[in-house]
Amino acid sequence: MAEKMTFTVNRTSHTVGIDDPDMPLLYALRNDMNVMDTHFGCGLAQCGACTVHLDGAPVRSCVTPVSEVKGKKITTIAGLGTPEKPHPLQTALIEEQAPQCGYCLSGWMMTAAAFLEKTKRPSEKQIREALTGLKCRCGTHMAILRAVRRAAKMMA
Amino acid sequence: MPVKNITAPKSGTDRKTSAATTPATTDSGFEITRRTVLTGAGALVVSFGIPGVKRARAKTAGDKPPLMPDELDSFIKISEDDTVTAFFGKMDMGQGVDVAIGQIVADELDVPFKQVHVLMGDTKYTVNQGGGSGSTGIQKGGIPLRQAAAEARGVLLKMASEKFGVPADKLTVDGGVISVPGTRKKVRYGELIGRRHFNVKMTWNKKYGNNLVSKGTVKPKDPKDYKIVGKSYPRNDIPAKMHGTFTFVTDVRVPGMMHGRVIRPPKAGATPLSVDDSSIKAIPGVRIVRDEDFVGVVAEHEWNAVKAAEALKITWSDSPANFPDQDALYDHIRQAPVIKDKSKDKDIGDVDAAFAKAAKIVEAEYEWPFQSHASMGPACAVVDIREDGATVWTGSQKPHYGQACLAKFLGMDMDKVRAIWTMGPGSYGRNDAGDAVMDAAVLAKAVGRPVRFQGMRVDGTAWDPKAPASVHYGRAGLDADGNVIAYRYLSKGFDRQHVRAREVHPRETLSGQLVGNAAKPLLSFRNPEETYGFPNKRLGWQIIPQLLDHASPLRTSHFRDPVGPQAQFGSESFIDEMALAANADPVEFRLKYIKRKIDHQVVAAAAEKAGWQPRVGPANKPGGTSTVSGRGIAYAQRNGATVAIVAEIEVDRATGKIWPRKFTVAHECGLIVNPEGLKLCIEGNVTMMCSRMLHEEVTFDKQMVTSTDWATYPILDSLKAPETIDFVLIDRPNVMPKGAGEPSTRPMAGAIANAFFDATGVRLRRAPFTADRVKKALA
Repeated sequence: MAEKMTFTVNRTSHTVGIDDPDMPLLYALRNDMNVMDTHFGCGLAQCGACTVHLDGAPVRSCVTPVSEVKGKKITTIAGLGTPEKPHPLQTALIEEQAPQCGYCLSGWMMTAAAFLEKTKRPSEKQIREALTGLKCRCGTHMAILRAVRRAAKMMA
Repeated sequence: MPVKNITAPKSGTDRKTSAATTPATTDSGFEITRRTVLTGAGALVVSFGIPGVKRARAKTAGDKPPLMPDELDSFIKISEDDTVTAFFGKMDMGQGVDVAIGQIVADELDVPFKQVHVLMGDTKYTVNQGGGSGSTGIQKGGIPLRQAAAEARGVLLKMASEKFGVPADKLTVDGGVISVPGTRKKVRYGELIGRRHFNVKMTWNKKYGNNLVSKGTVKPKDPKDYKIVGKSYPRNDIPAKMHGTFTFVTDVRVPGMMHGRVIRPPKAGATPLSVDDSSIKAIPGVRIVRDEDFVGVVAEHEWNAVKAAEALKITWSDSPANFPDQDALYDHIRQAPVIKDKSKDKDIGDVDAAFAKAAKIVEAEYEWPFQSHASMGPACAVVDIREDGATVWTGSQKPHYGQACLAKFLGMDMDKVRAIWTMGPGSYGRNDAGDAVMDAAVLAKAVGRPVRFQGMRVDGTAWDPKAPASVHYGRAGLDADGNVIAYRYLSKGFDRQHVRAREVHPRETLSGQLVGNAAKPLLSFRNPEETYGFPNKRLGWQIIPQLLDHASPLRTSHFRDPVGPQAQFGSESFIDEMALAANADPVEFRLKYIKRKIDHQVVAAAAEKAGWQPRVGPANKPGGTSTVSGRGIAYAQRNGATVAIVAEIEVDRATGKIWPRKFTVAHECGLIVNPEGLKLCIEGNVTMMCSRMLHEEVTFDKQMVTSTDWATYPILDSLKAPETIDFVLIDRPNVMPKGAGEPSTRPMAGAIANAFFDATGVRLRRAPFTADRVKKALA
């Protein structure tokens, strides 16, 4: 039996019927809420392509059961900032022309956004360590790192 | 200047490129501007047709000639509002080819770059130019577009000439406006063409694919007159990717569609004996699809398809031990029968006689593993089959061949099948995207509903086509003075295309093979591409049988710079070994033998920029556990482009970990269309090759591939990414542009291997240089 559950994604409320409380949040976002900007990469919490913020903290939505998300605020990259008022990371990644395919971006952006919130004026080592565990297959790591350094300056 | 609000494409079905207004160079080097971002829904709910094009069609119904390469209208459309659409039969996978094509077209037409939209990879609107293929996007794909744009400009000038009664050569063009000098007479392109199409014939060479050439009667511009080509315009897809409004193929939704997953055998070559329907009874809305050896499920909700695929009980046949022990792979290759022998593919002078006279012989063997595309997400395709035709949304970089494959499978005429390229989760060759079309097609045909198929991680890592494993044998003969008088280089390995890079037929796909089609291998490899002028020189290759020739997880095909990294890893390592035997510095040795002038320049430029200090033999002697650094050089040609790379690496001899800290890349690819875009393209190649050279190796046991995910197939991460890349971009405006998508991939492995020897004094000849392997080699 479907249970009605309400989620707040990027400040918009979605009420959807959920059959399986163990279903990972990613499938609910993409299939029940039409929120497509976070992606399936591995389903194993190994790559980060599905990363969203739950109350500001990055989680891998491919392994987070919907039942654990009740009452928490979900943010995706679309919720980081708008084209008119972008998040510094969005500005910096555009400025650096960083991504190629861009499928991995949720991982880098949501992880870096949370990291830069906590860590002002991070060192190179801190940035690299904060972002380890994320994958990018196109090999845009260096451009992403440049963008994160640029965003860090903007946020300092 | 922080840049905001760059134009975003509205959706991913038609990826259009446009620049922005009022260019301004930013500190990242790109000319960018402000323009309102078009926000859109995250998902593309599909309707047929493309918004902009559809509007134009409605106005001019019946006027557009059929989509043939001998029609100007097949490449260029100018609308009443002056916008230009360039129809491009190749794809951009994130390297910005579409930007370069837009620049070329804008320059030839004399219109602002922002007015040009590049429409890619929809078989309804683009002729088959071969798709993403061998770095030919600009090199070959740009040719008909440049010709067509020049022709269109000529046709418009002729129209204006008739309108004003002034000879065409007395008219001037600026920003898409034709003027009569000295008068107030002027007319916009859009006014001249109105709602009409050109209906002008081009001369077509009757070829499709990469070699398609169509020419008009108007000669394109002299490169010295370029205003837009040669400048750095930004990509148009990036802002949408940044704001979550970009549509990937995984986001396509079709009314009435179901979600599909496939279930592959637990052992390579095993076939399903029985399927227990009751095992998934509890999961709602699921249907099982069985077609010969293919097993899949479809469900109304994606999660139920995932659960059903995991829960479905299948009894599989046993399968023999098709694979050797992982440790015995290279011995297997050495001992395997040769099914195609081109060991004397290039044979200059009298190699055997020269070896007989040599005072010193140098010999070495190099080994390269199977590697996986392991694209960022598993591939996806959406197939909708109707009575009167079918449509597939595919992330494959060759949608025109996916169209042919689907037509063949369904027994439909090609013109009834439409493939719409929509960017997938990464593409560097013939990855699982080429298989996904058939995966979705088999499912959709069986259930009579549109099906969106996406693989699970295992489908993208364990079951994608692999870059072939190989062994490379180098032998050199030196005379008493250390001159190389004989050289031989032989590659022996698996076929570069056991499944073709073009998925033109179901047999070229995994599911196509599972439903009963036998593979039709190409049987080919490649020689290193270089111009070393050894007087007696023999290059060649040999192909061995596949370990399993049907539906194998180790079937081989193209992966970025197909077999280039393999071949040149060995050959450029061996050049350094020859240099040492000749008591020469590696740069000096290369420059002594390289014949082609531009290759000479490129190698010298890399060495100079890197501050190369000539040295015979390694910087450090073997032994010790401290962290040491070293530098190495390698060079390669690729289809006319030339790249030399100096690698500077750090080796932690205690842990075996290598940090590829700095690279200096000298790159020559003829005319440079977009310098900043080129740098980013090179940076991607360099970084991906650091990953392949230091981390990546497909693992297997005797019955199955065991590297199935990111834990078992690790790639480079942020800690291991390089620190610096220095560039020497050699621009040659009067040389037609060569490809740049892959050439910088090719010399990377050799440069790292040579730097490793310099750092440690130990020559490692088996890739990848993982920490484990390095530690053992240094022990």
